[in-house]
Amino acid sequence: MALALIEGRRGLAVGAALLALGLVLPFLPGVYVVFAIDLLCFALVAVAFDMLLGFTGLLSFGHALFWGGSGYLATIAIAHGVTSFPLAVLCGVTYAAVLSLAVGALAVRRSGIYFAMITLAIGQIQYFLAFQLVDFTGGENGLQVQTRGTFFGFPLDNDHVYYFLVLAIVAAATALAVRIVTSPFGAVLAAMRENENRAKSVGYDTDRFKLAAFVMSGTMAGLAGALFSIGNRLSGLDGVDWHTSGAIVIMTILGGIGTIYGPIVGAAVYESLDFFVSKTAIGDKTNIVMGLVFAVVILVARRGIVGEILHRLFARPPIVEEEEAADVELASAS
Amino acid sequence: MSPEYLITQIFNGLVNGGFYALLALGLSIIFGMLRIVNFAHGAMYMLGAFVAYYGALAFHMPFFVALIVAPIVIGLFGLLLETTLLRRLYEIDPLYNLLFTFAAVLIIEDAMRLAAGALGSPYETPALLAGATNLGFTQYPTYRLFVIVVCIVVCAAVYFIVERSPLGARIRAATEKPELTRAFGINTSRLVSGVFACGVALAGFAGVLAAPNTNVTPTMGDAIIINTFAIVVIGGLGSILGSVVAGFALGVIAAVGAVLYPPIANTLIFVVMVLVILFKPTGLFGTTERTA
Repeated sequence: MALALIEGRRGLAVGAALLALGLVLPFLPGVYVVFAIDLLCFALVAVAFDMLLGFTGLLSFGHALFWGGSGYLATIAIAHGVTSFPLAVLCGVTYAAVLSLAVGALAVRRSGIYFAMITLAIGQIQYFLAFQLVDFTGGENGLQVQTRGTFFGFPLDNDHVYYFLVLAIVAAATALAVRIVTSPFGAVLAAMRENENRAKSVGYDTDRFKLAAFVMSGTMAGLAGALFSIGNRLSGLDGVDWHTSGAIVIMTILGGIGTIYGPIVGAAVYESLDFFVSKTAIGDKTNIVMGLVFAVVILVARRGIVGEILHRLFARPPIVEEEEAADVELASAS
Repeated sequence: MSPEYLITQIFNGLVNGGFYALLALGLSIIFGMLRIVNFAHGAMYMLGAFVAYYGALAFHMPFFVALIVAPIVIGLFGLLLETTLLRRLYEIDPLYNLLFTFAAVLIIEDAMRLAAGALGSPYETPALLAGATNLGFTQYPTYRLFVIVVCIVVCAAVYFIVERSPLGARIRAATEKPELTRAFGINTSRLVSGVFACGVALAGFAGVLAAPNTNVTPTMGDAIIINTFAIVVIGGLGSILGSVVAGFALGVIAAVGAVLYPPIANTLIFVVMVLVILFKPTGLFGTTERTA
């Protein structure tokens, strides 16, 4: 059921509709282009995160490692004279890929709650490195650059131009994510999530599959982070803070675990809500509202916004108990 | 570097380690019984400090009274949280408990930032413990010595209660075989609530103890909870002895490491965690991979 949204013709139609929405988004009344750029980047990181959480059941509390770390590398490259946008992005993405391989190799040794705590703790190492390597990162001030660079000679400092480039990249990456989770590889992940021992007994090296999924997810999160930092011409400690890892978790679950397109909705709702709440008397303490919304989702709507809709539309009569059916979605890997 | 300086640093490490041990201990007994990791443990620590702070501000509540009142307040708050909300999540994947307590962290922290402002407020050291004590080779702040002693005593008391007392026997029984324990007529759901309340009360207690030592700020629980997570991974989550030993040991290791190579001060605990995962993935005192 989780794949009902992305498979076959229906999947193509939903994807096309989302893309159409993306094409008109910056022209809608009241939408700032810069906000729309941020939104696309968060949507992509949530999709990347869902590839991991939704399809392996591994809960990473350290995706700011790849998002923020890649953002730093991309802006550092530009600050050091790289003018090619693709090259700057490649710097960030390469860092994210290598880092996710190292972190993943370590973290998949433990599962469940340990996995979450370990990724969270490793995230702190990068945070303090970014804090202390002032010469590279600007420390608490962050690292600001003057330009987004050029795309094969074409300047990107116009916000609309940059928006559509990001839209194209995010659309392509999302299509790749859909391809991955619907592939035979994705089927193995699903089998592992449902019953890891059985997957092992038919000969799959489950740790390697988990690691592969982690690296794919981390690399794609890095891509999103590089696009975000270059878009804002800034990378700062916010990006590598564990609260950002938490925000990515919230966006994904809010939208709907294991639905790929759901987290896009989750990111949009999260960012919009955050924006509007910050305009009220609460100011920057938006987490009061975000935390409440997330708590309610955890208590009564664990399928997330899109997951609940899909459930209403496509759920077959339950074979197992209703409660159990809701919970296999995030089955513990152990 | 003079040996006096190094020994002073070791004492500072024991102070930090005492806080780690108290928090890791609370996390561990909660995990042992409920199979959940309480992300809000750092927030409870922060709230404990604020109970002491506001108590002093509004009612001139003395420090030693706060040391008793705050854990009760935080324990009751935990009890409310457990009986009304957390309880609904026991039957499903434990990750949802972690996520729910994470949501609680976001709400509690930002609510306190709204109520108290982001900047810290100092909390006065009780007059009885002000000043310094002569340790023979050096002068050391009396309050910090008090913290070390209190942390050791409390950790030992909790260890004794869980491992040696009849109540502890029931708790351990309910941890190992909940159905069988219920069959003996023991109300396990009351035990669960009690253990959660006591676990967070320990965090509140640690918060009061920390108040004169640091600024009382809404984010004071933020950094320490992640350090504590790393420590329970090192010590083995659910192992009481492991949590306490790892807490004190990592406090000292971090303090001494900071003297030898200052830039590593903030990250040393995490580096040690990485090494432990590489060489003993179950943690130093963990025997088997607990399902979580």
